Amino acid sequence: MSSELHTDIAIIGAGPAGIAAAIAACAQGAHVTLVDDNPRPGGQIWRGGPSQAPASASSTFRQLADSQARLLSGFRVAAIPAPGQLLLEDPHRAQVLRYGKLIIASGARERLLPFPGWTLPGVTGAGGLQALVKGGLDVRDQHIVLAGTGPLLLASAATLRAAGAQVLLIAEQAPWSQLARFGWALKAYPAKLAQAASLAWQLGGVPYHHASHVLAALGQTRLEGVQLQLGARTLTLPCDWLGVGYGLLPNTELLRALHCQISQGAAEVDALMQTSQAGIYAVGEATGIGGVDKALLEGRIAGLAATGAAAAAQALAPKRKRQLAFAALLDKHFALQPAITQLAQPDTLVCRCEDVSHASLQLFDSWREAKLQTRCGMGACQGRICGAACESLYGWQGSGDRPPLLPTRLGSLLEPTLAKANPT
Amino acid sequence: MNPVMHGDVLIIGAGIIGSALAEQCARRGLRVAVAEAAIPAAGTSAAGMGHLVVLDDNPAELALSRDGLARWQARRHELPANAEYRACGTLWLARDEAEMQEAERKQAGYQQHGLSSNLLPATALRKLEPALAPNLAGALQVPDDAVLYPPVASRWLLQNAQALGAQLWCKAQVSSVDDEGVARLADGRLLRARHIVIAAGNASATLLPGLPLKPRKGQLLITERYPQRIRHQLVELGYIRSAHASDGDSVAFNVQPRATGQLLIGSSRQFHDTDPAINWPLLQAMLSRALEYLPSLRQLQALRSWAGFRPATPDKLPLLGKVPGHSRLWLATGHEGLGITTALASAHLLADLLCEQAPALDPTPYNPARFGPWSLADQHHPVGVAA
Ligand SMILES: Cc1cc2nc3c(=O)[nH]c(=O)nc-3n(C[C@H](O)[C@H](O)[C@H](O)COP(=O)(O)OP(=O)(O)OC[C@H]3O[C@@H](n4cnc5c(N)ncnc54)[C@H](O)[C@@H]3O)c2cc1C
Ligand SMILES: Cc1cc2nc3c(=O)[nH]c(=O)nc-3n(C[C@H](O)[C@H](O)[C@H](O)COP(=O)(O)OP(=O)(O)OC[C@H]3O[C@@H](n4cnc5c(N)ncnc54)[C@H](O)[C@@H]3O)c2cc1C
Repeated sequence: MSSELHTDIAIIGAGPAGIAAAIAACAQGAHVTLVDDNPRPGGQIWRGGPSQAPASASSTFRQLADSQARLLSGFRVAAIPAPGQLLLEDPHRAQVLRYGKLIIASGARERLLPFPGWTLPGVTGAGGLQALVKGGLDVRDQHIVLAGTGPLLLASAATLRAAGAQVLLIAEQAPWSQLARFGWALKAYPAKLAQAASLAWQLGGVPYHHASHVLAALGQTRLEGVQLQLGARTLTLPCDWLGVGYGLLPNTELLRALHCQISQGAAEVDALMQTSQAGIYAVGEATGIGGVDKALLEGRIAGLAATGAAAAAQALAPKRKRQLAFAALLDKHFALQPAITQLAQPDTLVCRCEDVSHASLQLFDSWREAKLQTRCGMGACQGRICGAACESLYGWQGSGDRPPLLPTRLGSLLEPTLAKANPT
Repeated sequence: MNPVMHGDVLIIGAGIIGSALAEQCARRGLRVAVAEAAIPAAGTSAAGMGHLVVLDDNPAELALSRDGLARWQARRHELPANAEYRACGTLWLARDEAEMQEAERKQAGYQQHGLSSNLLPATALRKLEPALAPNLAGALQVPDDAVLYPPVASRWLLQNAQALGAQLWCKAQVSSVDDEGVARLADGRLLRARHIVIAAGNASATLLPGLPLKPRKGQLLITERYPQRIRHQLVELGYIRSAHASDGDSVAFNVQPRATGQLLIGSSRQFHDTDPAINWPLLQAMLSRALEYLPSLRQLQALRSWAGFRPATPDKLPLLGKVPGHSRLWLATGHEGLGITTALASAHLLADLLCEQAPALDPTPYNPARFGPWSLADQHHPVGVAA
């Protein structure tokens, strides 16, 4: 591979959104490069790639395979050294990709919030645990508790059960009243309702508690059990794994580095999925959490729009409206209850990269000050986890991303040949 | 509107310079207030390296940095643990025989001033820091130099001042000052004091138009944790050339082992670039330079990089003293790349002047009058301040 690649359209993220964008843009005859840091395309939902994906995904994967898109798997975007250039890195090399237009399909991550014991080995995100299993973790006969909020708990439970785990219970923080209203509203979305029904079928027998949450993970050096608030009563259960996720948050680091406007944590886009920066599009979870159908549709719109097929892209706008309405439902009915942000004890770590406790953060008024004085957010994850936690717990807005986007080998940063400075 | 605060000294800016001065004035029993536009210790003082280093390029720089280091050393046990003070010493690295001769000259100079240092031949250097490139000619070791983590040290100084009664006004951006001891805040409030000290770093020039102060951009990069890989602050002997180059962009090898095991890699110097974003060509030049000295850095993970702006005067010496032509208005800024080292020395010197006591160091080389005079910002058109 030469150290510099060129493409008309670079797409970052090979989840449903990125794949759909690639297919649409290729069909228009554009030269497309699809970059994803996982070994296989598929993103979060189709993590194992074509071979493990459900039947519903197979035609999408087939279209991708039949397209002329160049797939750079295992490469992540490390930095943006100059306009129109991305610095990519895989475990062995660095690579510069020059693009004409850019479609960002960076997906979402789970919101993790601190509670006593959450840093014990054996405690993960709810979707994170699912991802581990999709990646090969053996959970046969393991006792698992899932907690947090949102449909991902159900999807994760289904995967875990299929892998032979015993899911002891699911604790959903949203109260029954909200869930019932969500269920009612789902009637307007037959496809979603069918998905929900199929999940419910797969989960037959797993107790599902509403208005419930984890109080603490128990154990000395590894998770041994969990203390739960189930409605009005508390319960302690022994278990091997605990997966807790409080919904999803768009990955906006790349968008912020490109100075794209972000509002309420997601990329701001127009009807053709263009961000505030001309020629840069955002699709899928990056524009707001809405699931796989929204991701596929938005990817298609952007793939068309970026290749000049504006009318065809525009024609999909009404469909997207519906997806956005569904996304708004998710947001509203799974909003966090106040108790969830009050679980941390003074000695509970909020930033686990740098071991910063709740008590030491409570002394400050802003993310910047807390960061400078305690190193919160300065570790390997660069605030991806604790930044969101601090926003939920203390109302702080994060600030100031600093390159690279992810930890990157020093040697890789030297890779792009840029206009020479003239240092003496 | 009546002024909301009356006191002896109003300090504008809660960077390390303003904070050190606040502490020193409070210790002397003065009633002190500090007005900070944003949050304390988040300006240049949060962007630098925290190398406490004696520089010997000229007698005035030597005197102030030496005094500054000695004061930090004397207080090292008072500092909170997370200020991460460590007496790791400096190794000034020589690439060839010519630079080795420079190291010898440097040693002679230190010796003359009673400062200890050791010349290390190549073999001894390799023993001390095996990660260094094998082709280096040797080094000058200055064992008493140290490092600390500036944001915490700076906040600590301010907290000491507050414990002694100093008031801190945050989100208090001063938009103009006069020689009657009145400072006007951007929100219209007025603060009054017997003396006003401008310690606003680069922004000081917005309060005193014409002040010969220019932001000099510097970039740093920090790695993930690699404990024990390096034990001394490593600096190339060419550093002074870079630091004192009057114009143009320059890079110099400068690596600091942090208490966390991270390596902080510097440094660059640039006028005429006021963009806080990373300048990539210069970052690359800086990293290439670093690899020449520490080849194994290539495989380490870079965590983040950032830029800061050193408040620089034409002669690279700070401005400490009265604003020329004024009786109640003072300056404490212009510390360029040495403000962490020299903060305590500067605070003592200025507090002496404020209290009309004879300072231990000759204040002449730092007297702002060497450049003045300047007019005050227009009272009716407050100047925007870039915090
Ligand atoms: C942990 C987790 C598990 C989930 N499980 C399910 C599930 O089982 N069922 C379900 O319906 N929904 C699930 N979801 C929801 C999921 O977000 C959507 O269903 C759907 O996958 C969104 O598609 P997308 O293309 O927008 O994003 P994603 O599928 O998240 O794809 C984004 C891709 O971009 C890559 N990427 C991001 N940044 C970079 C970068 N800088 N360089 C290179 N690559 C990058 C990511 O690694 C990822 O592969 C899950 C979400 C998460 C976070
Ligand atoms: C890359 C780099 C590396 C460095 N490395 C070292 C090193 O190793 N050793 C060393 O000794 N020094 C080093 N320095 C230099 C050192 O960081 C500075 O000299 C020092 O921090 C200057 O402190 P200050 O208090 O003057 O400025 P600042 O820290 O910038 O403080 C000024 C304060 O004034 C406030 N302010 C501004 N305008 C107003 C207003 N109108 N009203 C109210 N408040 C206002 C600001 O918000 C700010 O908080 C380095 C600097 C850089 C950039």
